[in-house]
Amino acid sequence: MPIFRNTRSIEHKIDEFFDAVNEGALVFRDAIDSYLGERAQDFEQKLALLDKLESRADRLSREVEAALYSQSLIPEHRGDVLGLLEHSDDIIDRAQTCMQRFDVEQPRIPQRWHDHYQRLAESSYRCAEAAIMAARRFFREPAAVSDYLFKVHHYEGESDQVGLELRRGVFSDPELDLAHRQHLRYFAEAIDRVADVSEAVADRLAIYVIKRRM
Amino acid sequence: MSVGVLFFLSSGLFLGWSLGANDAANVFGTAVGSRMVRFRTAAAICSVFVILGATFGGAGAAHTLGRLGAVNQLAGAFTVALAAALTTFVMTRLGLPVSTSQAVVGAIIGWNLYAGMVTDTGALSRILLSWVLCPVLAAVTAVVFYGGLRRVLESSRVHLLRQDSAVRWGLIIVGAFGSYSLGANNIANVMGVFMPDNPFADREVLGWTITGVQQLFLLGGVAVAVGVLTYSGKVIRTVGGGLMRLSPEAALVVVLAQSVVLFVFASEGLEHWLASRGLPTVPLVPVSSSQAVVGAILGLGLLKTGRGVRWRPLGEIGAGWLATPVVAGVVGFFLLFFVDNVFDQDVAGAGRYRIDAAVVERLANDHFDATPLADLIGYDETNALRLQHSLEQEGLERAFVQAIIARAEVTLIHIDLDRVNLELDTDWLALDQVRAVRSLAGRRFEHDWQLQDALAIASPLWRPRPESALNRLWNRELRQKQQYVERLFVDHDAP
Repeated sequence: MPIFRNTRSIEHKIDEFFDAVNEGALVFRDAIDSYLGERAQDFEQKLALLDKLESRADRLSREVEAALYSQSLIPEHRGDVLGLLEHSDDIIDRAQTCMQRFDVEQPRIPQRWHDHYQRLAESSYRCAEAAIMAARRFFREPAAVSDYLFKVHHYEGESDQVGLELRRGVFSDPELDLAHRQHLRYFAEAIDRVADVSEAVADRLAIYVIKRRM
Repeated sequence: MSVGVLFFLSSGLFLGWSLGANDAANVFGTAVGSRMVRFRTAAAICSVFVILGATFGGAGAAHTLGRLGAVNQLAGAFTVALAAALTTFVMTRLGLPVSTSQAVVGAIIGWNLYAGMVTDTGALSRILLSWVLCPVLAAVTAVVFYGGLRRVLESSRVHLLRQDSAVRWGLIIVGAFGSYSLGANNIANVMGVFMPDNPFADREVLGWTITGVQQLFLLGGVAVAVGVLTYSGKVIRTVGGGLMRLSPEAALVVVLAQSVVLFVFASEGLEHWLASRGLPTVPLVPVSSSQAVVGAILGLGLLKTGRGVRWRPLGEIGAGWLATPVVAGVVGFFLLFFVDNVFDQDVAGAGRYRIDAAVVERLANDHFDATPLADLIGYDETNALRLQHSLEQEGLERAFVQAIIARAEVTLIHIDLDRVNLELDTDWLALDQVRAVRSLAGRRFEHDWQLQDALAIASPLWRPRPESALNRLWNRELRQKQQYVERLFVDHDAP
């Protein structure tokens, strides 16, 4: 219908934004895998792709914000939607920052800890993916958001657990000196932070859903 | 166009302005309050549709003088309209949504008291009912609609932005229709009374004839629109957010509930449609858009156990409803005294009531026991209140007294053949009705009911039908036509 022509374009941009964030989280997980597998070229490509996705997400978020304000759309939920986009954008920002640190600092991760890092990256990715799905549902089916929020909390708990195991293990590893231990802990926390910001998105969503209930 | 007519027209325009300033909130208050439609946009749409409604939709009212038609002198109508307009203006200044019609009715009661006319107690009870019934009906309708809309939205999985767009368009469309109805339904009250002195002649514009009445109504519509554009903000803020913070969906529910209540519980057309198909009819109750809007908002507030309802402004609105007809009546009474004595204007034509043999016979035909009236034949009175008092002193029942006053009122009518040929609206009246009027050419009547009886004998199309839901519309139109014929042939030159 012609009356929805304008909103359709913004809906499309919001969908594209979440596509970018979701793909960013996926690339983040794969990039860690490439780093651990010492596939340097692959890692570089993934880092470049992540930069591109992050820029795209930023641009789309700005465009949606401008459209919502200039056309006075969703006055009741405008603040919530912009807050949701901003916090979702944090997911890809954190992922990009983490990858840049890998690129710059090139941490030496002993083979015996690879599995932990992979599991940590996997649960952080799953957590981000569930948060993005919940965010998408917020627009069309707010009642279904809670199903995904449950998953977000589950994967965030899992990533906390793996992160704790990893830190404990690293600090009790006699083959590592203190500086090395701290460096590895720092990267475990950086990966885990992606799950933390995803959980922050979920917490906000829980409030937005209550507000959206008429 | 005489300066006098223009001057008298000014109070009608002021009443139109006050109406626009107060009633725009009923159609766009919640849309603006929920920030879905900007005030300027709402005011512009409302103004355009009010003018369209007044000019083209008000045509149905072109033969009625509106409520002020009860006032039999132009200076009196000017003063009554001024009293109603001043009252509405004060309420608008206070930001209170009130019923302009009730201000007009209150001012007419003031005129009745001043002119010694009897007040129809039905008008008072209708106002009282509308204060209670109308908000309750609107509240219940709003709650039902709200539940329905919630279910629809939850199950439809429409995108938030698309839902927002649909609600926005809904608010604009319902607001535009509401504005059109506002213009169409109220223009007779604003301008109707000035129709007999209409200074405008029919005009041809681009091959389209715009009648004098339409031009008069256009002028009234413009006055309403100016009221919307210049002074409606205060009441819009009260309705839009002063009572309760409304979500866009709730805003739509409120205007929908208001429109539906007005349509279902006040539409004789709908009642006739249902009755003509053998369907059960909805009882008609007195409704007012201002009271319906406030009732709908309150209904949604109570649905959430009263949380978020601001009770203080609500109390002020209730007080405003009570005060409106009372203040209009008192202001009207004193203004009439002022205009009558200071400006020496005739604000109330001298009424005349005569109990003659024909009146007694007619009352007997209407199944009243007319024997106590035998001694009163020849009783002549110029003040209805005094007549009422005298009859009540005789120990007659109130209903009988009212029937006597209605039959005894003297209206000298002369069916002038020239007027029949030149002025009778043959488009509005049926051919048989026109023939019946023509057959009475040259005859004179002392009471309006004598003319009605004569017309009823001349044509079945002049006969009222038994009171029922199916016949209500017919009888109302018949009454309008009877009043029109009486006005046209009333003999102003009679001694």
